[in-house]
Amino acid sequence: MPSKLVEPAQATPSSNGLLVQGRVLHALLIREMLTRYGRNNLGFLWLFLEPMLFTLAVTALWTATRTIHGSDLPITAFAITGYASMLMWRNMPARCINAIKGNKSLMFHRQVRPLDVYLSRILLEFGGSSASFVLLVVAFWAFDAVALPEDALQLLGGWLTLGWFGAGLAMVLGALSEKSELVDKLWPPFSYLLFPFSGAAFIVESLPEKAREILLYLPMLNCVEFIREGYFGTKMRAYYDMEYVVVFNLVLSLVALAMVRLQTVEADYE
Amino acid sequence: MIRLTDVTKQYPTNSGMRTILKGINLTIRRGEHVGILGRNGAGKSTLVRVIGGAEQATTGTVEREMSVSWPLAFTGGFHAKLTGIDNLRFICRIYGVDFQDRLAFVKDFSELGAYLYEPVGVYSSGMRARLAFAISMTIDFDCYLIDEVMAVGDDSFRERCKVELFEKRADKAMLIVSHSHRYLKGTCNRFLLFRNGTIEEYDDFDEVYDQYKALLAEPQTF
Repeated sequence: MPSKLVEPAQATPSSNGLLVQGRVLHALLIREMLTRYGRNNLGFLWLFLEPMLFTLAVTALWTATRTIHGSDLPITAFAITGYASMLMWRNMPARCINAIKGNKSLMFHRQVRPLDVYLSRILLEFGGSSASFVLLVVAFWAFDAVALPEDALQLLGGWLTLGWFGAGLAMVLGALSEKSELVDKLWPPFSYLLFPFSGAAFIVESLPEKAREILLYLPMLNCVEFIREGYFGTKMRAYYDMEYVVVFNLVLSLVALAMVRLQTVEADYE
Repeated sequence: MIRLTDVTKQYPTNSGMRTILKGINLTIRRGEHVGILGRNGAGKSTLVRVIGGAEQATTGTVEREMSVSWPLAFTGGFHAKLTGIDNLRFICRIYGVDFQDRLAFVKDFSELGAYLYEPVGVYSSGMRARLAFAISMTIDFDCYLIDEVMAVGDDSFRERCKVELFEKRADKAMLIVSHSHRYLKGTCNRFLLFRNGTIEEYDDFDEVYDQYKALLAEPQTF
């Protein structure tokens, strides 16, 4: 059987930059989804089951021990907003670290660039965290365990800003990890250290003034506060400076894009 | 046309920088079949990778006015967890070609049957090469990079590769790396011999092969 040949224009990667990058991103996204979640087992379900288990566990633990978490906010919604936010800024970098090392052979296809690999993983992570967040809220709401957000638009704004921060951080750490193995070793413990300060388990109002000032240098804490204000509205007093986060994100993104651009990647057989 | 101007390539090693390519000047025009000979580690594959764009030259320029394939039958781009079909889909997506048209060809050419629906991780190396070659043939390029491709596969598969490549695509430019005497002689009209990081050009196979033999007789140190 004769093979059908494609007109050469289609084999020229540079014919239309944006179109090509769109194609590559689409292909990488599907590839990532299939390899991460597979086709046969529980697959995508884990995306929701894991945070759901966590939320249920925290709710159970805190209800049982009546731990004071600094406010009388509904504990389930508090746990969901905190954990979902943490998943995003922690997992995006985790997925981008060593992402190129494992995909070097893809670079034989000239149209696939490191930025595409990072973006596809970031998008997938963002989609996953967002879907699991929405699904959790709806699921717990169906059982009257949580109320719906008071200001969904603010919540969305905070969520997107947090995702932006996660994306920038992910690309910086991803690019660094190609140069030094330390990143791969140090990010997990470092992210665990950051976890208690990131607002997953407290609200800023419960902190002493001095601690508030210092901890609010963490962009993710500002975002979590903003997200929670959107969620709980008048029930809490939130502390944040979103202008600071936006400026931080802009600088971070610039650094990230420069680092990814300057990265020299050599494709490798096998 | 592909034009390399003063291309050098260096790699950092434990004993300092190693220069593999020392100022390569080379032009490949449409339809030319270029055979590359040289000892192990001489820089043959490095040259192929630089031309293909999988690696950047340390200095010098590479201009491509033709579309250039990935190294043929190269299997590294496959994901071991994905099935043969899914890997084909991926290639079709990034090159923007229709999957259904290609599927029939890959099925027919690779003869992998039900294995196409299994993860590539369970393939033998021969099966993987079949899939890789079949997928390589689904995208049309102006210039094919062929790096020791025929080393794998059984005779019947090799024969079909030959037909697909050197008969159906005889008008395409090709860059062929091989240690096989027979293979280069019949197919190439230009020959490059690697010596000390540079290339010498020959038009006649017997001449280049004598030089190559002489080179092999010399003691080699890396």
